[in-house]
Amino acid sequence: MRSDTSKLGFYLLLAPILLWLVVLIILPHIGLFMVSISEKIGPREFETGFGNYATFFGEPLYWRTFARTAIMSILATALTLILGFPIAYYIAKLTRGRTKTTLFLMCMIPFWVSELVRTFGWMILLRETGVISNALQSLGLVSGPVELLYNDAAIMVGLVYTSILFMVVPLVTTLDSLDDSLIEAGYDLGGTSTSIMREIVIPHAMPGIVSGCIVVFMLSLGNYLTPILLGGKDSLWFTGMIYTQFITRFNWELGSALGFLLLALSSAIVFLGLKLSKQSLSDTMGRT
Amino acid sequence: MNTTITTSLFFATALTAPIAQADTLRLLTWGGYAPEEVIAKFEAETGHTVEVTTSNNEEMIAKLRATNGGGFDLAQPSQDRITSAQEEFGIYKPIDMSKVNAELFIPSMLDATAGNTTFDGEVYGLPHVWGTSGLVVNTAQAGDVQDYTDLCDASVAGKVSYRLKRPTLIGFAYSMGLDPFAAYNDTAKYQDILNQVEAKLTDCKPNVKTYWGGGDEIKNLLRSGEVVASMAWDTGGWQLNADNPDITFVAPASGALGWIDTFVLPARGRADDAAYDWINFVMRPDIAAMITNTAGNFTAAVDGDAGVSADLKARYQGSFDQSAIDNIKWYPPVPAGLETLEGATLDRINAAN
Repeated sequence: MRSDTSKLGFYLLLAPILLWLVVLIILPHIGLFMVSISEKIGPREFETGFGNYATFFGEPLYWRTFARTAIMSILATALTLILGFPIAYYIAKLTRGRTKTTLFLMCMIPFWVSELVRTFGWMILLRETGVISNALQSLGLVSGPVELLYNDAAIMVGLVYTSILFMVVPLVTTLDSLDDSLIEAGYDLGGTSTSIMREIVIPHAMPGIVSGCIVVFMLSLGNYLTPILLGGKDSLWFTGMIYTQFITRFNWELGSALGFLLLALSSAIVFLGLKLSKQSLSDTMGRT
Repeated sequence: MNTTITTSLFFATALTAPIAQADTLRLLTWGGYAPEEVIAKFEAETGHTVEVTTSNNEEMIAKLRATNGGGFDLAQPSQDRITSAQEEFGIYKPIDMSKVNAELFIPSMLDATAGNTTFDGEVYGLPHVWGTSGLVVNTAQAGDVQDYTDLCDASVAGKVSYRLKRPTLIGFAYSMGLDPFAAYNDTAKYQDILNQVEAKLTDCKPNVKTYWGGGDEIKNLLRSGEVVASMAWDTGGWQLNADNPDITFVAPASGALGWIDTFVLPARGRADDAAYDWINFVMRPDIAAMITNTAGNFTAAVDGDAGVSADLKARYQGSFDQSAIDNIKWYPPVPAGLETLEGATLDRINAAN
């Protein structure tokens, strides 16, 4: 009797997450997969096959776009880590009490507005008639208006800005859990700042680094707004390509196939990253 | 027996009549085609309520396709995009002409749209708003831009914008001396035209500041002076002309591209009567003039231009003389499958360096 009620409670507690998984994730993916393996042979005529997947590998345009997206996302992840680590270290180790909370809060405040607004903010700063261009002109550093928008560097700035919080938060959590006495012991034993960073801090922060990197990489890879708005005519991004297949080309079949390839290839990249950094997913997620 | 039928009929009518009157019309249209004051007037006159969703051609088709033609009661795609969408996805239902007040429509336009939207012997579209796309130019800084290919001229390098969509392909093809509409039904010939246009647009890419996506985006770029010449809709040029007299719409030498936005009934629309009421309401000359004054484009309503503001008429006449009107290239219906070819071309242009 008792076990029956606890079982019931267990299933009731399980139900929301199960519903979420099945209704919002598994079922749509099955539907998407069914669409992706139907090839169009005429109006309202389809046959089953993997032609859409073959298109991806056969047409250099698609896999080159994917490669470009992946490489730029990896670069954005690396930049976010380089920028985010000192911030996280400062917040976690060098501040106390109220300062710490304030700094942490200041990292989060920009994320209280939507991504669209933040991206438009960058457009106002970077455009030819924008804030930075005008400031440079009034300082006499440049003679005419400068266009800083619509290039890869602008995309990179936008991506790093959009995702830096997701790097800082896990890093602060892991660095917080590092006992200060370990660092002091390192100095007592004659270690230099570099060797302590290399031997003690970074190994301890590794799960935070890896989970932050995974999140930032996936966010960048799946980003749509930032590359499209800041990149202009050179804004080729894989998600943009999926959008055009669905909306402007009416080619849902190829769009679904590209969606699945994005899922599979990005998972493969994350798996590879974990192998190279000798971390396991459960370890990473368990410790942060 | 008879009385039962009559009574039940009576009750049925009594029950359904108020529901029919209080319909909600879910309208899928373009920005500016359903101004607030028109909706308020319509709701006051008929008792229906109107819910407006603004969109564009591709998104309209994509939205209706996702629901097999449900979710909306009236949509307004361009006339050239109706038969192919109907053939491929079956998302519309035929127009019942007995419910339409045909006298409100300019007969030649009604016939032309009927001809262009006939699929399997049934008419699917009624004309509403028409307009053109061509060049919007800052005449003080880029007065030499007279045709689409002039956008690739070195004198306007870095200060040019156009969309990366099918009108750009067609406009450039015409100004390169090709005739894409004549090749619509000859895939090989059309692909050949697309290849030539692709080469031209790839060469032209360094000249472009950015490809614009929405009407507000291009107006911003022109207003700030970051872009001095672009391919855009006539209304955008006329609106900018009101703020800055240097900027206006120029009908390209090779011909502006003419489109007609229509009324179509989505296949699973639930409020057809409200939809027909809306059609018959907005085609009235006084209402049509209100829509022209907000959207900036003229309608297919008889006498619809009578109440249009004098400013707008003057701008229209400034951009179009009689020969420019005669030279408008009206979009014929797009055959199914053509957009796949164009899509591949546009993707390659987008990816080119």
